[in-house]
Amino acid sequence: MPAVTSEQVEARVIETLASFGPDQSSITREATFEELDIDSLDLVELAQVVEDEYGVVLKGEDMKELKTVGQSIDLIVARAE
Amino acid sequence: MTTTLPKPTIVITGIGALTPLGIGASTLHERWAAGVCGIADGAGVCRDYEPKDFLSVKEARRLDRFSQLALVAAAEAIADAGWGDELPYDPMRIGCVIGTGIGGIETVEIQHDVMRDRGDKMVSPLGVPQYMPNAAAAAVSMRHRLQGQMYGVVSACSGGAHAIGSALRMLQYGDADAVVCGGAEATLTQFGFACFNAMQALSPTGISRPFDLRRDGFVMGEGAGVLVLEELSAAQARGARIVGELAGYGSTSDAHHLTAPQPSGKPAARAIELALNDAGVSAAEVSYVNAHGTSTQLNDAAETRAIKLALGDSAMKIPVSSTKSAIGHLLGAAGAVEAVATVRTLSTRVVAPTLGYEVPDPELDLDYVPGEARPLLSSNGHPPIALSNSFAFGGHNVALVLRGAPV
Repeated sequence: MPAVTSEQVEARVIETLASFGPDQSSITREATFEELDIDSLDLVELAQVVEDEYGVVLKGEDMKELKTVGQSIDLIVARAE
Repeated sequence: MTTTLPKPTIVITGIGALTPLGIGASTLHERWAAGVCGIADGAGVCRDYEPKDFLSVKEARRLDRFSQLALVAAAEAIADAGWGDELPYDPMRIGCVIGTGIGGIETVEIQHDVMRDRGDKMVSPLGVPQYMPNAAAAAVSMRHRLQGQMYGVVSACSGGAHAIGSALRMLQYGDADAVVCGGAEATLTQFGFACFNAMQALSPTGISRPFDLRRDGFVMGEGAGVLVLEELSAAQARGARIVGELAGYGSTSDAHHLTAPQPSGKPAARAIELALNDAGVSAAEVSYVNAHGTSTQLNDAAETRAIKLALGDSAMKIPVSSTKSAIGHLLGAAGAVEAVATVRTLSTRVVAPTLGYEVPDPELDLDYVPGEARPLLSSNGHPPIALSNSFAFGGHNVALVLRGAPV
């Protein structure tokens, strides 16, 4: 499987989060999940998309540490390598 | 007979409905009274409902359709009650009881497909919170910050009426200052139709014509009805507009058969008698009966017997019509939607007809209001009183007694 780029993951994560409700323009790398009203149920759905797409398994304890969109993107990219 | 102890008077200050006849409680009664039928192709679909008109993206994707319909009806009822962003009572003393027959069946189907096609691990974490039968009550509570007693009521096609009865008792016991109550259902899915068809409960002709000789089953519909109930003096103190009174509630069970009503109608009659007794009114004071009237052979016969047993000589003089002739059977929403339609009947003094009733069944001899709407006649100028019946698979019988607001 070709390595995924940070840009690809970022685009996919933002698209997925936008489908959960927040306005796409508000979803930046710096935005916190709390600000975006993204809760634990949303993050489980995000993890399902990520696993399906990149084969990266994100467990509950991984998700708990994530505060911002950027952190989630970096974690996915790092795990996918 | 039990004696009637003094009970607090509980009034209706807001109503809302989303039905196959459109959006709004007034729309429901106006169109029904005008002879409009919301049924098409054998189903009562809420065609006018567009989620994006009423719900945020987050609400829409987190709620099964039955909860969405409940939210729309509740928002209308709460606005109708004149509640603004500031609730009129301590939020911890505002209850919320929403009944359903089935719950989030569409979610179950979708997530079952996901599990079969893509594996257990891809089932959505939103599955359970969407399909749980209390999801509608939870959604209404969250949207409006209602923090008193909140739960769902599950009793098939009596769910909506039981929710209203439970809310009445909650208020009369003093456990709440107001309760948002009603019912919601959305079962118009392939699996929903397959299951009800397997029971041979649905009309093969797709026509809902309660009490007619040719009736051949019910037509399934979807929707929601919600009422805001408050204790009278509290409602008056806040200057609320009172649209009616929930005067009485009675409920019994058949203990007879999983789906067929007790054919004598005796347990159902007792529910009606209990409701009249609870309201402290006599059969002669009842001006209108909003029947359960499903358009099945068994219900309409047993209900007719029940009405005659409970109302005695008065039964033959009281107009009886079925909202299901215009919208189909909304299952767990039916009792609530029909209570809303009954409130509008009492407010407008217009009795809507049983649509499609043309060929009388010689066994069924009440006045089923054939043809056109007619004026509601009340006894000696007092606010009119109506009865609303709900019966259900499982043998649940519920009767509500409603009184119109003084003009």
